[in-house]
This record gives sequence, C-alpha cells and structure tokens, in this order.
Amino acid sequence: NEQLAIPQLRQSSYRHETPPTNPSRRCLHLGYFGGKRLHKISWSAPKPSPLTRSAPMAKLAIFFTLTLSLLPFLSHSFSPDTPTDRRILVLLDDFSLKSSHSIFFTSLKSRGFDLDFKLADDPKLSLQRYGQYLYDGLILFAPSVERFGGALDVAAVLDFVDSGHDLIVAADTTASDLIKSVATECGVDFDEDPSAMVIDHQGYAVSDVDGDHTLIAADELIRSDVILGKTKIEAPVLFKGIAHSLNAANTLALKVLSGSPSAYSANPSAKLSSPPSLTGSAISLVSVVQARNNARIMISGSLDLFSNRYMKSSVQKAGSPSKYEKSGNEQFVTEVSKWLFHERGHLKAGNLRHLKVGETGEPAMYRIKDDLEFYVDIFEWSGNSWEPYVADDVQVQFYMMSPYVLKTLSTDKKGLYHTSFKVPDVYGVFQFKVEYQKLGYTSLSLSKQIPVRPFRHNEYERFIPTAFPYYGASFTTMAGFFIFSVVYLYNK
Amino acid sequence: MASPESAVNGPTMTAGAASKSLRNAFGGVIAFIILVLIGVLAFSIRLFSVIKYESVIHEFDPYFNYRVTQFLSKNGIYDFWNWFDDRTWYPLGRVIGGTVYPGLTLTAGTIWKVVNSLNIPLSVETVCVFTAPIFSAFASWAAYLLTKEVKGPGAGLTAAALLAMVPSYISRSVAGSYDNEAVAIFALVFTFYLYIKTLNTGSLFYATLNALAYFYMVCSWGGYTFIINLIPMHVLLCIVTGRYSSRLYIAYAPLVVLGTLLASLVPVVGFNAVLTSEHFASFLVFIIIHVVALAYYIKGILSPKMFKVAVTLVVSAGLAVCCAVIAILIAVVASSPTKGWSGRSLTLLDPTYASKYIPIIASVSEHQPPTWPSYFMDINVLAFLVPAGIIACFMPLTDSSSFVILYIVTSVYFSGVMVRLMLVLAPAACILSGIALSEAFNVLTRSIKNRKKEKENVEKKPTPSKTEKRLLVLPLEASVIAVLLLVLLGAFYVVFSVQVHCVWAAAEAYSAPSIVLTSHSNDGGLHVFDDFREAYSWLSHNTDVDDKVASWWDYGYQTTAMANRTVLVDNNTWNNTHIATVGTAMSSPEKQAWEIFHSLDVKYVLVVFGGVVGYPSDDINKFLWMVRIGGGVFPHIKEPDYLRDGQYRIDAQATPTMLNCLMYKLSYFRSDFIPIHKTDGKGFDRVRRTEIGKKHFKLTHFEEVFTTHHWMVRIYKLKPQRNRIRGKTKKSKSSRSVSSKRDVRGKRNPWH
Repeated sequence: NEQLAIPQLRQSSYRHETPPTNPSRRCLHLGYFGGKRLHKISWSAPKPSPLTRSAPMAKLAIFFTLTLSLLPFLSHSFSPDTPTDRRILVLLDDFSLKSSHSIFFTSLKSRGFDLDFKLADDPKLSLQRYGQYLYDGLILFAPSVERFGGALDVAAVLDFVDSGHDLIVAADTTASDLIKSVATECGVDFDEDPSAMVIDHQGYAVSDVDGDHTLIAADELIRSDVILGKTKIEAPVLFKGIAHSLNAANTLALKVLSGSPSAYSANPSAKLSSPPSLTGSAISLVSVVQARNNARIMISGSLDLFSNRYMKSSVQKAGSPSKYEKSGNEQFVTEVSKWLFHERGHLKAGNLRHLKVGETGEPAMYRIKDDLEFYVDIFEWSGNSWEPYVADDVQVQFYMMSPYVLKTLSTDKKGLYHTSFKVPDVYGVFQFKVEYQKLGYTSLSLSKQIPVRPFRHNEYERFIPTAFPYYGASFTTMAGFFIFSVVYLYNK
Repeated sequence: MASPESAVNGPTMTAGAASKSLRNAFGGVIAFIILVLIGVLAFSIRLFSVIKYESVIHEFDPYFNYRVTQFLSKNGIYDFWNWFDDRTWYPLGRVIGGTVYPGLTLTAGTIWKVVNSLNIPLSVETVCVFTAPIFSAFASWAAYLLTKEVKGPGAGLTAAALLAMVPSYISRSVAGSYDNEAVAIFALVFTFYLYIKTLNTGSLFYATLNALAYFYMVCSWGGYTFIINLIPMHVLLCIVTGRYSSRLYIAYAPLVVLGTLLASLVPVVGFNAVLTSEHFASFLVFIIIHVVALAYYIKGILSPKMFKVAVTLVVSAGLAVCCAVIAILIAVVASSPTKGWSGRSLTLLDPTYASKYIPIIASVSEHQPPTWPSYFMDINVLAFLVPAGIIACFMPLTDSSSFVILYIVTSVYFSGVMVRLMLVLAPAACILSGIALSEAFNVLTRSIKNRKKEKENVEKKPTPSKTEKRLLVLPLEASVIAVLLLVLLGAFYVVFSVQVHCVWAAAEAYSAPSIVLTSHSNDGGLHVFDDFREAYSWLSHNTDVDDKVASWWDYGYQTTAMANRTVLVDNNTWNNTHIATVGTAMSSPEKQAWEIFHSLDVKYVLVVFGGVVGYPSDDINKFLWMVRIGGGVFPHIKEPDYLRDGQYRIDAQATPTMLNCLMYKLSYFRSDFIPIHKTDGKGFDRVRRTEIGKKHFKLTHFEEVFTTHHWMVRIYKLKPQRNRIRGKTKKSKSSRSVSSKRDVRGKRNPWH
C-alpha cells in the first residue's frame, strides 16, 4: 500500500526550489524576447520529471560541446537558440586570467557549465534583464576592481545571492574595498590592513624561495565528504594571499581551508611592531557560506589558488619529508566548486505525511494518545538526477512550543523515511517538524501543523472498577431510603 | 392591596362602582395588556442600535458567542460539546465545549432551529442580534412576577415597567449585544421569583421548577454564584430571626440538592459545584437548616423540660463537633493559595485584591469600580426611590420582602466593586422602586378613600378595625396634595425624565456597536469609521488560512470570528502566561519581539492606533496594562522603565525604553508623514494631544502590510530571517553611501 503511493508522490509538488541544474530554467530565457505571451507560456511550462531526464541530458551534452567553441562570440549576444544549461558569469580584472587559470575554467566547462567571461568594469555588465537573472552563478576573479561596470554594484551582487544564486569571490593582496564589502556582507571579514598577507614560518611551501614564507602549503581542510568529495586530498594546497576571519556566531559560514596554528596575518615587508590581529587557526584561507536560501558562496583569500601555476607545481611542506608531484589545488578547487554549484550535498525533502495506525487517509486532527505513523521523502541531487538520500540521523519532532516527541527516522534506502509514535497526553496545535542541518548539506526545514484534541465526552471509560464501592454505596443508600420511607409512611 | 389598575392609573380609579369580582377580572385583563405593552416597550427600546447602525453583533465577547452559535447550528450539539478550537490560543488551543457557559448559545441555537423549522429563513446572525431584546422582555415579566409575589400586582407592574427601560440593563441588552448577561438577568430574576413563590406557597412543584431555573442560570452566566450565596444568606436570616418554617425548608433543601446536581452537569462548572468556596455557603446553610429542622421536630415531640435537657446536651456535644469540623475545613481551605476562591470572586470580597495581584482582572474596563455619576447614568432616579422601597418592605416585614432587602443590599455592595455588576443591581433597584411607588399610591389613595368612608362611618357606627387602619392613614389634605404632587412629579419627572433619559441612553450612549464608530463633523454630517471590519476582511482575503495573527487580547474574538485567522490570545483570558508573552513582545524592542513572535509562528501583528482620528481606546492607551501583565510573568519588563517621573507619555520626554518598544514603533510608524492638523506640526497624536517623541524611524524586523482608511488598525508582517549573516561591520565607503541613499529615499513623503 505504502509502496504504491510513492511514485505518485515523487512527481507531486516538492516544497523546495527547483533543482540547481534544471533544464526548465532554459524556458525562462524564451520569454525575454518573446514578449508577454511567450513569457507566460514559459512560466507555465511543466517541469520535466527528474526521473525522465537522463536521455535529454545526453543529447544536450553533445549539442553543448558543438556550441562550446562558438561561445566567446556568442557570450555577449544573448540568443534564445543557445541551449545553455547553466550560465556562469566570470568577471575578470584582465582577460589574461582566462589563460592563466584555464585549468579551473576548463574543468567547469567540461562539467557542462557555460562560462561568460567579462571584464569587471565592462560598462554593459548586468546580471538580470527584464527582471530575470541571466546567470545562475557568478565568479568574481577581479580582486582589484574598485567599481563594477554597468548596472552591477554590491547590492546587485547580494540580491543575486539572495535570490538563490551561487557566488565565488577570490581576493588577493590587491583586494579592493568593493570585494571586501561583498565578503563582509556574506559574513567574512578580511584583514583590515591592506598590506597584510598570511605568513606561516612553519607551514610554508619549500619551493618558496624568496624567504618571506607567504606561499603556504595548507593542509588544514574541513573534514567533510560532502564539500571536499570522498577522495582524500593528500597533497597540501598552495595558498598565497590575505587572511580572513569568521564570526563565531555565524552559523552559516564554514572554514574550508584554515591557517595552521603558526600562521599569522601581517605585512611581510615591514617589521612587526604590534601583535597581528589575526593569528593561528582563527585565520581562514578559504571559506564557504551557505545562505539560508541555500545559495552557496565561496570566498578565497587567494586568487592564485585557482591558477594553473599552483595547480601544476609540485609541493613540499616545510619540515615534512613527503614531496608531492602535484599540489592539492586542482582537486580542492574542483571538489569545492562541485559542492558550490550544487552538484553535491543538495537535498530536497517533501511529501510530509502522517496517518493514524490502521487508517489510510491523513486525518485533520488527532486525539491524545493516538498511535500514528509519519513519513517523509528525502532525495539528494547527484548532478543529473535525484537519488535517494540515505542517513540514519534524520529526526522528526512533534512540536508545540517545545518538542514533545523526538524520533529518529528509519529509511528504506529508497528515499522514504518513516517512524511511528504515540501522540502525547497533551492537547493543542502541534507541528510535525523536520529540521535537518548537516554539515555541507542544504538545510531542510519542513513543518506541518496538526491539532490534537482531548477525549470526547463519550471516549472516557464508562465504568471504572475502582469506583464500584461508590456505585454500590449510592445505590444501597437509595434503596435504603426508599425502604425507610415505605416503612415510615405505611407502618402505623 | 390595590388592584392593578389603581396602582398604575392612580387616583382615577376611585369611580369603581362595579362589583369586586368584576373589578378583579377587569384588572387582570388590563394587567395582561399592560404586561404585553411593557414587553413591546422593552423589546423596541433596544432596537436603536439596529436602526441607527445596522444589524450587527456588537463589541468583543458577543463575537465569540456568535461564532460558537454558528458552530452549534452547523455541527449540532454533540460536536459543540466536544469542540476543540485550534484557531484560538495558538498553540494551546481551547476546549470550547468545556470552558464556555452554553446557556446563551443553546438558547439562540434553539430559537434559530425552531424558527427555521417553521420555514422562516432567519440567519443565525439575526437570531443572535435579537436574542437580547427578546429576553429583556422576558426579564420584565419575571420582575413583574417576583414583585407581585412580594408586594402585589401593582408593585409588579411598576417594577416591570421600570426594568424594561432602566439604562443599566439596556446597556447590556441592546440588539446585537449578544452576551451571556442578556439571558442571565432573566434567569436570575426568574430564579428569585420561583424561590419566593416556593417560600410563599411551600409547594414542591415550584421548588423543582426553581432548581431547573437555577440550572438555566448556571448554564448562562458565571453570576449564578450570586444566587447560590444570596439564597443561603436569606435562609440563614430567616432562621436567625425565628422565621423558620417548613415552607422555608421546602424552598431551600431541594434547590441545593437538585441545583448542585444539575450545576455539576454543566461542563464548565463540573466538580467546581462542590469544590470551590463560592458554593460553600450553600452547603453550610444546608447543614444548619437540617439541624434547625431537627430541633423543631424534637421540640414538637418532647416536653419542654426534656427539651431543655436535650438542648444542653446537644449544644455542648454539637459545639465540640462543629469546632473540630470547622477547624479541619479552615485548614483545608487555607492550604490553597487563593483560599479556594477564584480570582474574580476574591476581587468581589476584597476590592483591592485584583489591583494588587492580578493585573489581568484589574485591566478589564468592566471590572473597574464605578464612579458616582455612573450610578445616576445607569439607574437614574431609581437611586432615590430605592430607600423608600426598603422602608416599604419593612411594613410589614415578610419572608419575601426580607429577601428583596437582602438582594438590594448585597447587589449595591457588588456594584460598588465592579461596574459590570451594576447589571445585578438594576433589577433589584427596579423592584424596590416599583414597590416604593406602588406603596406610595396605595397609602395615599387609601387615605383619601378612607377619609371619605370615615366621614360616613362617624355618622353611623364606629368600626373596631378603625384604630388599626388609622396608623396607615394620613390627613386628607396632605394625602390629596401628595397624590397630586406624586402624579405630577411622576408624570413629568419620573416617567418623562426616566423615559427621556432611558430613551436617550438607549439611543445614544449604549447603542454603538463599537465595531463601527460614528462621529459628527462640525457641519452636522455623519462620519462612519468602519476600520475594524476593513482590517478583518483584509486579513481574511489576503492571508493564508493557517496564518497566525498576534494582537492584544481585546481583538482576539473579533479576529477569529470575522477574519477566521488563528490568534494567540483572546478575550477569554484564561492563560495569564500566554497573555504576558504577548504583552512582553509588545513592550520589547523590535528584535526581541520578533524572536518571541517567531517562536510562536506568528506571521502578522495587528495594532489599533487612534492617534490619527482621536479614537481613545487604542493600544497605546492600553499599553501600560501590557507592560504590567507582561512584567508580572517576565520580570525583565519593568513598568518604571516606561514612565518618565511616574508619568506615561509618548512625546519627546518619553523614556528610551518606551520610544523603542514594539508597540510604540508599530503605532507611530510612518505616522509622522500625515498632516493631521494644519496648524500643528506633523506627527501630532490627537488622542494624547502631543507631538510624538520619535519620528522618521524605520522598522528592521517588521514590515507594514496594511493600514486602514483612518489608520485605526495597522497590520504588520514579520520579515523573514535574513538570508545571510553579516560580518563584523567595518564601515566601508560603499556601505555608507548605500545607507545614506536609503535615508534620502526614506525621508521623502510618499504621499505628496
């Protein structure tokens, strides 16, 4: 019975936003030139079911590779015929970055992204047109830009993020106030000293010949398979740039790559007169932020981290005997960007449902002490399809101002989570709440309201055994009084 | 005793040449016609609200009763009994069936059902609107019956006529005032009538009816405790004054036994009928009356000498037992913090109790002690007639007249404690005034008649009963003048003044439904403020069905009934903590308030603001109660923080806590833009008559979504949680420029 219900339910409405690389986004573009009528149609275009999407994806990929070579020419002229899957705007200080960081860009392209390179001060810059975003992601590889060109400013970038789009910000020693303020708005504070760099006299890379130990071989990575992939990053990551810190109260930001305990942030060319403001593991080198709407942001203190030079170079951490042929940069950057562009760790949950044990329909109200069963579906986006999410730590709360019941859900490994429990002996308006916040995953927050009523007047026990003496007492009193009255009145 | 027409029509009835039986029959018919007319008067004087405004339910509590009646008429009595309402007191919910006095609802529901089964398609709302006027006619008739039992039909008719138009009662029973008191006053007077009737006749039939009437009263109103305390008091009084009789026993004992059994059937009373101290007096007197009955019985079967011995024996043994029992009882009662009394009852016994311990009871306007003018406003000239009525009751003092005296004395006390209980005083005042007027006519007309007879009798033969009658007879001249004066005064002062006053009160003072307000402009035009309904219909059309609306509890019933949205607190103030939570949120700064509301799933906040049109009972004027009630549970809210030198003010002198609290911000947000007075500056509050203290502020956690036409109701929405958490702000150039740009935008007047 239950099993039959699921395929139907999968297609029905999920509460979360559209999957990150959903081809239906393409439909939105149709509307731009097509006027009002097209616009309307594009909105109402049915979303293809995630289960039937693998075949078009393959065709799409072929077509994509064909058009890929033409992209540089097409990028500034928007064409509804271009079958873009996922457009990313890359803002650069200088077009030379395109070649110096080509490994990173190529890896993105090979994964199906459509990159649109522009100079950061391009006067025609715009993220949206006619109220629709032209891009799904933004890469800011323009640390020194003081002012964006066109309609772009800090507020526009933040609005872009707040409407659910992803962002990569890379800074370096030349980082401008603009870039720093974007980072601050996302919860990341760069060192205020403009000339400061991260220095580590213990954890520097051996190849660092100039001796000021600003090229760091960082290996303090976050322990999370979701963000960094299942394969361990063996080689240290080369880093040269500025430090930033996170507010401890900020629950949304994570240090992905943090400084070693011996790192500090100071001007390498000047003599250190006062203790540095940022030291040790308070320093974050690369951070990620997952906003409350699940938009993902990556902020790196080094632009060189993404460069071909660092990716290809061999690395040996000072004091460490092992030398690696290739630094961990490429793997690190690729894996983080996979997470960032929602190829990993993106969950959707939905179809919260519950029923009274022994009944089929969902009741509008429970009674206290009812037994109920609870179900929820959770799926993870694997990059091209929704796969069942398997975990043993998903919990449901039966909540009224505080959780009265907290149960861990068991899964059938097909995406269906289930538990059963007894409604507490308290009436009121309860909620089924699934609050799932796991490192690296999108946070799930679902709730469904359900009132719980007390017993009806005829649902109580009719005769309580312990009260039999009282029943007996009252009836014998009544009988006795009757007999007494008869005797008294007629016995003369 | 005078026949009815002589009492009403006064001295004009001297020309009665007909035989006595014909006179009585004629009198009965006239009395009946008068009663019907009184009923019509009572009904029609209460229709001003419908004529002047419209057929709507009034005020706050009636909306709840209306909603319950709708539910009853839709779902039937069993669902009503078991109704768990999930739209109020979120997230606690309320078991309506077990916490409501069902009398009024069942009455109106029955009327609706009967009327509809007769194929008269009246809506539930119409039935609800007209329930109170119908029952006020019944109440007048019940007053007639009661007074007739005490002092004869003349006094009865006068009392009924007075009760039909006494302003105090009109205020609670105009058409649309669909509240418990509407039927409860009828039930109260009728129960008293049946008690007196039983007392006078000693009939077990009436005693049973009395218990049933008491049951109806228990169903209708919490004021039934007045009955169950007043009647024992009267019984005790009778016993103490040596008036014990078997009639008294029959009037009392069945009432206690049957009444208590029936009362405990009402879900809201349940075991309270035997557990709380309110009912305690009746049981104590029940025991006493049995002891007395036993004593009388033993006295009857024993010789006087033996009886004396028995008395000493029983008294000494009985005293010891009594002392022990009372000691145990006191210990049990004293172990509970409120001494077994409910908060409201304690307020009645100790008028300072509520203001000291329970701000939530003290904050209700109808729980305030009345002012002197309100006595004249509400019972008018009756206040002067009552003492005369009391004197009349002493000539001669009977069981029934002593009851009326006791009734007026206790109700005067209670009305002095709570203005709401003026309503209990009104029937007593009417009955005594009716007695006073009727007795005055009686004495004066009799003295005129007797003097004439006397003159005839002197010539013939002196009667032995003359001396007896003489006591009541006044000199002819004095009585004629007095009768004329009384008639004149009665005609011009009592009747016209009372009537004019009553009609004025009914039309002007008590007809406003408070959901629709009107005002007269200088040129005589009528301006209607229909902001409440505007706001509620906005809510019902623009918000989701399950959205929660937070407001001060006054508007809870209306929001659930008219907007059909879930509220946190409402006028049924049963959970002090929950109300205190809302009070705390309203008196906290925006961020804390947002957190409190967010934790309760609130989506909208509704405030009532009268500063633009000068509507004085708005939330700012109620705000100190929110602070007090909130501070009673959450001690970090302190009243002195909101007062500058003990003064409550909202101008520039106000304390920062006051200027930053949510209520201030939600009330005055954007109100500095509207030019209210052309001469005064902007941001002038017409209720407080000052310029407001803080202008041009922005809201960070709330956004305005709706403000009614006259700004009387303002609805705000909680902003969602911020998408990102900002870093430690360094004031960079760009952010500064952004904020300054916003300021410029904010200051521009969006209306001009």
